[in-house]
Amino acid sequence: MSTQFDYGRAAKYWLLADFFKGFGVGMKYFFKPKTTLNYPHERSPLSPRFRGEHALRRYPNGEERCIACKLCEAVCPANCIVIDAEPREDGSRRTTRYDIDMTKCIYCGLCQEACPVDAIVETPNLEFSTETREELFYDKQKLLDNGARWEGVMARNLELDAPYR
Amino acid sequence: MAEFFTENWLGIILLTLGQCLLIVVPLLVALAFLLYADRKIWAAVQLRRGPNVVGPFGLFQSFADFLKYIVKEVVIPAGADKAVFLIAPLISFVVAIIAWAVIPFNNTWVLADVNVAILYVLAISSLGVYGIIMGGWASNSKYPFLGSLRSAAQMISYEVSLGLIIIGVIISTGSMNFGDIVRAQDGAWGLFNWYWIPHFPMVFLFTISALAETNRPPFDLPEAESELVAGYQVEYSSTPFLLFMIAEYMAMVLMCTLTAILFFGGWLSPVPFLPDGVLWLVLKILLFFFIYSMVKAITPRYRYDQLMRLGWKVFLPFSLFWVVLVAFLAKYEVLGGLWARWTWGA
Repeated sequence: MSTQFDYGRAAKYWLLADFFKGFGVGMKYFFKPKTTLNYPHERSPLSPRFRGEHALRRYPNGEERCIACKLCEAVCPANCIVIDAEPREDGSRRTTRYDIDMTKCIYCGLCQEACPVDAIVETPNLEFSTETREELFYDKQKLLDNGARWEGVMARNLELDAPYR
Repeated sequence: MAEFFTENWLGIILLTLGQCLLIVVPLLVALAFLLYADRKIWAAVQLRRGPNVVGPFGLFQSFADFLKYIVKEVVIPAGADKAVFLIAPLISFVVAIIAWAVIPFNNTWVLADVNVAILYVLAISSLGVYGIIMGGWASNSKYPFLGSLRSAAQMISYEVSLGLIIIGVIISTGSMNFGDIVRAQDGAWGLFNWYWIPHFPMVFLFTISALAETNRPPFDLPEAESELVAGYQVEYSSTPFLLFMIAEYMAMVLMCTLTAILFFGGWLSPVPFLPDGVLWLVLKILLFFFIYSMVKAITPRYRYDQLMRLGWKVFLPFSLFWVVLVAFLAKYEVLGGLWARWTWGA
């Protein structure tokens, strides 16, 4: 009998059953602990693989790791890396220019994967916003400075992630 | 000195002005905290923290917002009707404020003790729709216009049932004066003397109609962020927007107050051994405001045809039936005149 009056449904409608149930659920959540992190003061954990701002690393003796093989430049899908290189006075191949356009970078981590000497690495730093666009065109000096600042963290992250690579 | 304020015309004006300020200023300050409370409650249900940076627990968030609104630039669209565009929020704001003139905060604590107070409030709250329509029309843009059209249809639809619900209360009291309505609910049994028992289903109908009347969720179709961006407010910025927002919340608090006065005994104490006072009215308003905020947090938005169906095919017949029923119950003094309070003496 499809034409029969559905008393149960009518009662639910007139007694606002759904509303009161919803109100109960709302109150339950009202008193639950909140999931929001107070961001600048609290942070969520970051994986060792987190890909943030770039850095160029040095060997412990202070020598630059980068040998200007340009694999990162070649693999970069966003074409944001530009490298120029020529032999140094002692004959070793080094970069004279290593620019990353951070506004183009998509943080895919392919440069880091491609690097045979672990020179270019993405640090876990995600707070490098600037007030002008020009400040995001990183040059070699900026990247080496980043490397100096994040060396400890980067070394630990690479070590933690090494078994899975 | 007392004669100056009761006899001299200047004194009377000054006195009235002082009384107006005495109502409006605490009301606006309270509104700042109610806005904060609304956001906080909404956030809590969604497991967020809500504003918590400005001042202790973010209590001064509304004042920071207020400053931001008034120092920002007023953007007027090139195609807008400039005069109407700027008058619209003013109308909304003024209309939302002046309704408070007849609200009694305590026995004899009322600015204008007029005997048609309910008619006045209904008239004023109907005028509120002008602000929204003018705002939507003067913006000369399609989403605000659609939003204001929806708002007009919605507010008119629900005002009908709102009026009918109030008629039931008027029949029970025999007066349109808010003070008389509250005094009629006074009695030996505290909260069991209030109108929420004899007019039980109407409490819910009134609350729902009030939500629709103030464009609150689940009836916030005039704003409907997901479909109309923000409805009639789209083109507004800075102070005009602030005025619209204050008007909206003011109307909401007014509806909370009306619920408290009509069905929950206004300033009367719920238990006989505690003294009556303005504090009870404030507590009741806060309780209803909390419920309004929770409704906003837990309900999805109605579709437009559902809204109209509910207004015209459910609320209107039901409240009309209730008026007739209450008229009979009052005339024949059923249950010792539960619906005819003037027979209870005094």
